[in-house]
Amino acid sequence: MNEITLRRQLSENVVRMDILAPEIARRRRAGQFLVLKVHEQGERIPLTMVDSDPAAGTVTLIYQVVGKTTALLAGLGVGDTILDVQGPLGNPTEIETFGHVVCVGGGVGVGVIYPIARALKEAGNHVTSIIGSRTKDLLILEEETGKVSDRLIVATDDGSYGFHGFVSQVLQGLIDRKDPIDRVFAIGPVPMMRVVCDVTRPGAIPTIVSLNPIMVDATGMCGACRVSVGGETRFACVDGPEFDGHQVDFKLLASRLRMYCPQEEQAYHAHRCGQHGN
Amino acid sequence: METDVTTDRKEKKEKIPRQPMPEQPPAERVRNFAEVPLGYAEAAAILEARRCIQCKKPGCIAGCPVEVQIPAFIRLIAEGKFEEAARKLKEDNSLPAVCGRVCPQEDQCEKSCILGKKGEPVAIGRLERFAADHERNKGEIFIPAPAAPNGLRVAVVGSGPSGLTIAGDLIKLGYGVTVFEALHKAGGVLVYGIPEFRLPKAIVEAEVAYLEKLGVRIERNAVIGRLKTVDDLFAEGYGAVYLAVGAGAPVFMNIPGENLSGIYSANEYLTRSNLMKAYRFPEYDTPIVRGRKVAVIGGGNVAMDSVRTALRLGAEEATIVYRRTEMEMPARKEEVHHAQEEGVRFELLTAPLEYLGDDQGWVTGMRCQRMELGEPDASGRRSPVPIPGSEFVLAADTVVVAVGTTANPIVPATTPGLETNRRGYIAVKGEDGETTRPGVWAGGDIVTGSATVILAMGAGKQAARAIHAFLSKA
Repeated sequence: MNEITLRRQLSENVVRMDILAPEIARRRRAGQFLVLKVHEQGERIPLTMVDSDPAAGTVTLIYQVVGKTTALLAGLGVGDTILDVQGPLGNPTEIETFGHVVCVGGGVGVGVIYPIARALKEAGNHVTSIIGSRTKDLLILEEETGKVSDRLIVATDDGSYGFHGFVSQVLQGLIDRKDPIDRVFAIGPVPMMRVVCDVTRPGAIPTIVSLNPIMVDATGMCGACRVSVGGETRFACVDGPEFDGHQVDFKLLASRLRMYCPQEEQAYHAHRCGQHGN
Repeated sequence: METDVTTDRKEKKEKIPRQPMPEQPPAERVRNFAEVPLGYAEAAAILEARRCIQCKKPGCIAGCPVEVQIPAFIRLIAEGKFEEAARKLKEDNSLPAVCGRVCPQEDQCEKSCILGKKGEPVAIGRLERFAADHERNKGEIFIPAPAAPNGLRVAVVGSGPSGLTIAGDLIKLGYGVTVFEALHKAGGVLVYGIPEFRLPKAIVEAEVAYLEKLGVRIERNAVIGRLKTVDDLFAEGYGAVYLAVGAGAPVFMNIPGENLSGIYSANEYLTRSNLMKAYRFPEYDTPIVRGRKVAVIGGGNVAMDSVRTALRLGAEEATIVYRRTEMEMPARKEEVHHAQEEGVRFELLTAPLEYLGDDQGWVTGMRCQRMELGEPDASGRRSPVPIPGSEFVLAADTVVVAVGTTANPIVPATTPGLETNRRGYIAVKGEDGETTRPGVWAGGDIVTGSATVILAMGAGKQAARAIHAFLSKA
């Protein structure tokens, strides 16, 4: 169980891993995540599943190395096993035929938006995908996302590839050109999602975001992942992870995500020193 | 309760005083997570066991939700037959080392002890703990001969005290039992909720290992309702399902500022510390905020566990904020006493109104209000009434909200035909936990709301009998 069947470096800090987890693979739907714990002393972290292959019994993860746990995970290779894998968790994306949908993905969030774009396309939507990264080398899943989209627009912050600027600016351009848009899905860093929601708010374009707060049990038991949506406290793990972006308190989300910064840095630093030191 | 002993013998017995159990001194123990009570030495256990007058009609058994044969196991201790005592306990109780520690004996078996009428009851809990610890520490755990498999399978959802109890009872009857646990460790509230200093996790692991040796299968990381549903379990061939998923959703007070950083539910705070071992960060990867001024809202056992955890994490000031008085506190007297000894401050007749934070979104304190007690409410406790103009600010950099839990909806929401009551708890038809869905029983906190380990175990025991009767007929 939980054996790694594929490991691929997608960019400097982003890794794709396929994991043997047949029961999860059979159940998983777009938008759902799993929780994993790499070793006995490890912490539990949520990661969205990008894909699943029920026949092979595998699920696909794409994650960015941001701290000790993701670094430990990235240090594993094909044939290694992950101690604990729990899922599928969270509610699947509500896939309907909306008409013209725009899927906006930033950074490693492209990994999460890709399966949603695919499911929306399969449901008969006209799909425009806007994906972006800081620079060309960090862009992931361009080809895959292109295949499941009627139109793909790429943006990089530094202009090294595609549109020079943010994905939100591309979306603003579509809105300014009066392209009718029935729904927007936006997944990426918190500031990106916040800005996308600001862009879609004046035209009241329904905008769904996928939130990634800190979680512990991820089954509604602890409340670590509480977010404020429309002034009400919701648990991202069981009530989400997707919410109406226009109702989300992004400032609160960002500050709660910073809650353990000093400890996270301490653990990551100690981990890197342990690896490279002596 | 009547007894058949002669006056002469009774007098002789009562000469032995109730044996105290040694404890770590408060000043020492607030700096570690090791268990507070240290358990009886053999001599003290034998002395204490000799206090039992072996009533012919023992009230203690009737006071025990799982009907442990209390006089019989105590007699074995008095005779120095400690392993036999442990076996006698395990005939009725799969988790004696746990119950000896966390049961509220003062409200159950010991409350019914005849010696308690005039003096102090037999220390049944301490003796239970002694016998179970003795067997475990010897490392020779007696495994009864397996029952002949009857070919029938039962699925148990949740590996807390209720689930473990029914698993133990049904495996002994020859059923194939699989326990599905959502988390990566079995034990439910025994591992995520109750701190190491009250219930060492090695003990829970040993009790779980014992059940696995009996043949119980435990599937960890298996969230029923997500990975598979109750319908799927029947489709996989399970003849009956027992739902013991606990009251696993935290209650917040819905007052302003409750989502500031540094404010935890007790579930999260304790899960980080107990299950994830955050108190050993960075040796363990999960962090926890080590607050200097910690306020814990609530007056139950979970509040006491949280505030005592805060002290051990290095808090300079750890305060219980409770809206009634010590008299109304739902926590065990022993826990309140331990907290007081360790230097916990008590702000009684006090309720928070809102949390205050800094520009980084961190809690800095809370605006509170003083209360006075009015008329008794539905629970029989006098309800707190705010005193006008009594508002004040209590500084805190960490807050733990321990005001209760509620039903987790994942299983009910994914099980057609399973009715819940208006508070979301699973509706049952009677004592044995039969639900509105044929073949499905439920018990423990998901039926009763937050209660005790032993009541959850009692529910498991009753459901085991009912499921056995149901599957024997089929």
